[in-house]
Amino acid sequence: MSHDHTEGAHIGIPGYLGVFAILVVGTILTYYVATFDLDFIFAGANTLVALLIAFTKMAFVMLYFMHVRWSGRLIWLSAVASFFWLAIMFAYTMQDYLTRGQGVFSY
Amino acid sequence: MQTQDAISAGYGGDKPSYLTNGSTLKSWLLTKDHKRIAIMYLISVSVFFFMGGIYAAFIRLELLTPASDLLETATYNKVFTQHGILMIFFFLIPAIPAILGNFLLPLMIGAKDLALPRINLLSLYIYWVGGILTLYALMQGGVDTGWTFYTPYSTTFSNSFVMAVGLGIFINGFSSILTGLNFIVTIHTMRAPGMTWFRLPLFVWAHYATSLVMILGTPVVAITVLLLAIERVTRVGIFDPAIGGDPILFQHLFWFYSHPAVYIMILPGMGVISEVISNFSRKKIFGYEFIAFSSIAIAVFGFLVWGHHMFVSGQSIYAGLVFSFLTMVVAVPSAIKVFNWTATMYKGSISYDTPMLYAIGFLGLFLVGGLTGLFLGSVGLTVHLTDTYFVVAHFHYVMVGGQVIAYLAGIHYWWPKMTGRMYSEFWGKISAMLVFVGFNLTFFPQFILGYQGMPRRYAAYPEEFQVLNIFSTAGASVLGVGLTLPVIYFTHSIIAGKRAGDNPWMLPGLEWRTASPPPTENFEEMPVVTWEAYEFGEENGLDIESARKASGPSVPVQA
Ligand SMILES: [Cu+2]
Repeated sequence: MSHDHTEGAHIGIPGYLGVFAILVVGTILTYYVATFDLDFIFAGANTLVALLIAFTKMAFVMLYFMHVRWSGRLIWLSAVASFFWLAIMFAYTMQDYLTRGQGVFSY
Repeated sequence: MQTQDAISAGYGGDKPSYLTNGSTLKSWLLTKDHKRIAIMYLISVSVFFFMGGIYAAFIRLELLTPASDLLETATYNKVFTQHGILMIFFFLIPAIPAILGNFLLPLMIGAKDLALPRINLLSLYIYWVGGILTLYALMQGGVDTGWTFYTPYSTTFSNSFVMAVGLGIFINGFSSILTGLNFIVTIHTMRAPGMTWFRLPLFVWAHYATSLVMILGTPVVAITVLLLAIERVTRVGIFDPAIGGDPILFQHLFWFYSHPAVYIMILPGMGVISEVISNFSRKKIFGYEFIAFSSIAIAVFGFLVWGHHMFVSGQSIYAGLVFSFLTMVVAVPSAIKVFNWTATMYKGSISYDTPMLYAIGFLGLFLVGGLTGLFLGSVGLTVHLTDTYFVVAHFHYVMVGGQVIAYLAGIHYWWPKMTGRMYSEFWGKISAMLVFVGFNLTFFPQFILGYQGMPRRYAAYPEEFQVLNIFSTAGASVLGVGLTLPVIYFTHSIIAGKRAGDNPWMLPGLEWRTASPPPTENFEEMPVVTWEAYEFGEENGLDIESARKASGPSVPVQA
């Protein structure tokens, strides 16, 4: 699959610094949100927010630092597949946690 | 059409072989040649196998008598833990991919080397660093958590060297990730002209599937070990319920890797068996596509069954049912392979050379290992069998009866290619039979012991279990002799073995169409593939039947 390097650094030093800034802001935001108790929305809302920020940061790293944005379809496929795998891990783990002590199969 | 003369004239030009191309230590340690790296892996992995074997010997000696007399119970905990860690992380996982895969993948697809030769060398060095660190920790006092590092024991109570061993395994994981990455890139980009996906030897397909598991699974166990370290050092609550964690989460994360890791160990073995069965039956493999895709199916479905290790851990009943069902599903692709291998042998022209003896042994032993896995995967029966010797017997039938036997088949099969020498066929056969008999005598009694309720991981046991344990220990000593013999006759073969021709077994595969041992760049000129995989007969340019007739009945030469 093609991986075109002729564009050089793609978004240049300022662009990379911008992405870096987003990552720093994300980190600070994670800390700041963690100081609030968001359980009034629903139980475990803090975790969800922290994960959302983390996934956003991860997306930026992959798209820009790892050049996935300018890569061919095979690379995109690999990137998407690894998220799919992560989703399997989360889903099948939660399938245990969410079904403990309730419903037909409770114990 | 090449006949015997042309074949024995050989492919080797005036180029030096990879073994003679430089003899200084530097030329080995800084090599980028996949074949030299494979040889260094062979030596290192054998050292770890030998050390793991010593621990196994201590386990079997301790269990000769019901009392905990040879080893103290605390020592026994360390001995079985270290047996597991050395064997799994430093022998079973790297053995076939890093030795045979490394050596053969480029040869089989007609490439000069792997796509990323420096990364290949790096993964060897990472393996060494991880291994030395682990050995250092073992020498300092070792670890007693079991190879599974279950929390909260490993994070809160164990006073042994959990951190150092964990770090060793963490580092070693990257070796496996890099090898997997290298294989995938190589298979995608380095195939010779004409080597289409469906002309790839099944060994290559098996390694492709293995590499997927390595890349997708290994990072998870690395991070899990890291989380364990974080909790142990900083007391952040991740797995310990006392500080807000969940010990079962550790088991989820650990088995998300460690069940697929079983397939990292067995899939390359299945690749070897596909090669050996087809080639020593001199028959095109039955159902090529089915075997190829069943490897991929095993890699994919292998990720969906990890909860079968957690049936009695406190996991929800619903999750248990789902994991149990999926465990039955993942047995299907393995069964497809076994049926196809059997069908390949049907009406084949089978020769019982040493590699084939191992391969036939594999069929039976892997069958027993796989079927007893179904016993353990069913939610009802497993309550009785969990943590008994039945489990120990089951996974040794898969790991030793499957992976180790396949590895031995592969080493014997490709030894002439790797070294340019033949080993003693007589001693090879003796050793194959000793391994088969010794293995069954060691582990079959453990099925009965487990079914009768003998728990694993204890130094002492009730007296009524002693007879079967004596059987098991006796078998282990036979197995030990069977596994030591190859070391002797392989060493003898390097020094004084009869020279092997380039194609001593008369086979069509691409790896047999270059010199033995191959030159550094593998082929004199870029090969162009015009034949299908496992195509016997004149179509592929090798008139094997006439060559066999010309050379008499015993083509594979006795030493
Ligand atoms: Cu499993």
